[in-house]
Amino acid sequence: MFKIVRREELSEGTVVLNEIEAPQIAKKALPGQFVILKSGEDGERIPLTMADTDKEKGTITIIYMVVGKSTELFKTLQVGDGYEDVIGPLGKPTHLEKVGKVVCVGGGTGVAVLHPITRALKQIGNDVTCIIGARNKGLLMLEDQMREASHDLRICTDDGSYGHHGFVTDVLADVLAGGDIKEVVAIGPVPMMKAVSNMTREYNVPTLVSLNPIMVDGTGMCGGCRVSVGGETKFACVDGPEFDGHLVDFDELNLRLRAYLDDEKNCHRDFCTIRDAQ
Amino acid sequence: MAEQGAKKQKNPRVAMPEQEPKVRARNFLEVPTGYTVKMAQEEAVRCLQCKKPGCVDGCPVGVDIPGFIDLIAQGDMTGAIRNLWAKNALPAVCGRVCPQEIQCEGKCIVGKKGEPVAIGNLERFAADYEREFGTGELPPVEPATGKKVAVVGSGPSGLTVAGDLILKGHDVTILEAFHKPGGVLVYGIPEFRLPKEIVAQEVDFLSRLGAKVECNVVVGRTVSIDELFEQGYDAVYVGVGAGLPRFMNIPGENYVGILSANEYLTRANLMKAYKFPDVDTPIPMGKNVVVLGAGNVAMDSARTAMRLGAESVKIVYRRSREEMPARIAEIHHAEEEGIELFLLTNPTRYLGNEDGRLTGMECLKMELGEPDDSGRRRPVAVEGSEFELECDLCIVAVGSGANPLLTSETPDMALNKWGNVVADLKTGKTTKKGVWAGGDIVTGAATVILAMGAGRDAANSIHDYLTLGW
Repeated sequence: MFKIVRREELSEGTVVLNEIEAPQIAKKALPGQFVILKSGEDGERIPLTMADTDKEKGTITIIYMVVGKSTELFKTLQVGDGYEDVIGPLGKPTHLEKVGKVVCVGGGTGVAVLHPITRALKQIGNDVTCIIGARNKGLLMLEDQMREASHDLRICTDDGSYGHHGFVTDVLADVLAGGDIKEVVAIGPVPMMKAVSNMTREYNVPTLVSLNPIMVDGTGMCGGCRVSVGGETKFACVDGPEFDGHLVDFDELNLRLRAYLDDEKNCHRDFCTIRDAQ
Repeated sequence: MAEQGAKKQKNPRVAMPEQEPKVRARNFLEVPTGYTVKMAQEEAVRCLQCKKPGCVDGCPVGVDIPGFIDLIAQGDMTGAIRNLWAKNALPAVCGRVCPQEIQCEGKCIVGKKGEPVAIGNLERFAADYEREFGTGELPPVEPATGKKVAVVGSGPSGLTVAGDLILKGHDVTILEAFHKPGGVLVYGIPEFRLPKEIVAQEVDFLSRLGAKVECNVVVGRTVSIDELFEQGYDAVYVGVGAGLPRFMNIPGENYVGILSANEYLTRANLMKAYKFPDVDTPIPMGKNVVVLGAGNVAMDSARTAMRLGAESVKIVYRRSREEMPARIAEIHHAEEEGIELFLLTNPTRYLGNEDGRLTGMECLKMELGEPDDSGRRRPVAVEGSEFELECDLCIVAVGSGANPLLTSETPDMALNKWGNVVADLKTGKTTKKGVWAGGDIVTGAATVILAMGAGRDAANSIHDYLTLGW
């Protein structure tokens, strides 16, 4: 069992943080890599990019949004409980390089994945501007941590309850217009990554996105996570999860993410019905 | 398998009872239900006890076939299983999935005039009998040598290596990337052909002998081979299988509803998705299913789709029946269960709707031309023969390549041009000191028993290394 040593609820309880004992994984993990977690015997294998690791304590941190039955089950786990299986670190780590001015754009739980990458980009000497967004102020996550990890933090909310009233791309447009941006890292919902990539393409700014398609094993064995990148089929689990945003077919990815939508919805509804009746 | 097409003979082979095709096509219970003691003994006495048994030559691990069959005939079932274990750590598995018709049974003298002795069925019987009625007494283990061996992968070759080396007194740890041990026996071969309980018991047998099993360890990611040596292992065996699915590389392959057989079978077998929503992993329920390919994996996929409630399941294969790589028994079982064969048919593109979901595929009729490099007649497209097949689920079972996850992280272990590990044919030694390899990662996708044979050879070589040197 992989024990949970710290648990926090973020974004009004819609997002949960777990710090988990996994010394072997913590020792090897680098920013951008992911793990697969399974809560119990009959559980589903869920891939999540790590939000942090602590080699000395031998722990990894994951942050997930509660969206279906599997994450509802994860949410029931308290400190002292554990995941039956945690596998990793999987995928390729982020290519980190000192290039100068960098913009990190995060939306939703993508901010959790963006955090260690942002921190590492700053550590190696880049000038890091960070733009993070959420639907409203209550759902915004890791504000303090992102401020610490970057030189300049910009905040957006869809409803204008905090920071800029509008999308991260509005702010990104201003920053890009300022010129001299060497790289953009965008992690968040597929429509956000697509919009960011479309915008940076016009400015010819290299853009890295991190994808989270449906997968089973995470080791290149099932091919469920295939994505079209520059017209070629790639496996996100071993070739990614990070790709050149200008080459990713986001529309196809979006459709593939909906493969089990009906099953997921029914399963989640049944889970909630049974839970709430108790 | 050879029950079919049986000629009338004086001394007929005892057929193993099976579930009726119509019944079994909708459940996941094992298809053949096993011999009774009486049936087994009746079959065992058909063995001629040849002085120079051809069957033993035909067995990749050299099981003393007349020996264990004679013990069954005498009613000494404990003796029979001990005899089997001496050469084969996984008799319950091999009795079920070995291609006996081209190995032991293919060389049986009784088979020259009639049907060969049902060696596979008897092997299965001995193992099942032990599981049900056996004493659970373990074979003797040699005194501890203090040498540590890491076995990477818990499929048939890894389990064989582990079993052999633990009996020789070495300290063996099996490292498995998935959350359950068994490799292809667990994620690939369906429940109705090899119940998972049997695999779990075979692994448990090794654990009781003292082997350690660590799941969730992805060698190449969680830990490297060099780090295993740093941790104090004296030798490493790489038996990671052929885990890279091949696709057709035709337009539309990323529509929702097109899965590799690896994914489909892993969902069904390892994740038990056929029990969804009682378990949490879903699996696509196809109404009209097409399986591409005609090997055993294709048959397993097609039969799984039928059991999940498909209205129609078609196997689409570009060559003819003669060239189908699946065992005849598997093709026979599939057809009995209502699976249609679309032979000499080659898909050219997938068709989908605006939601990106599969709706069908376009195919071409083929005819056989001149023999190709493989010696099989090359299929050639018939001009103007395009037609559409309606389907909402397509399972691509056209083979597996070498998964580069571990090998790409181990640059000093040489690979061939296909990415398979280069290993000595007799010993399994790789070009990296202290590392052996065997099974599909060396040979490309093959059979359980060949992987076990390679494991046996490697285990002997590892033992020599640990006691004598490289």
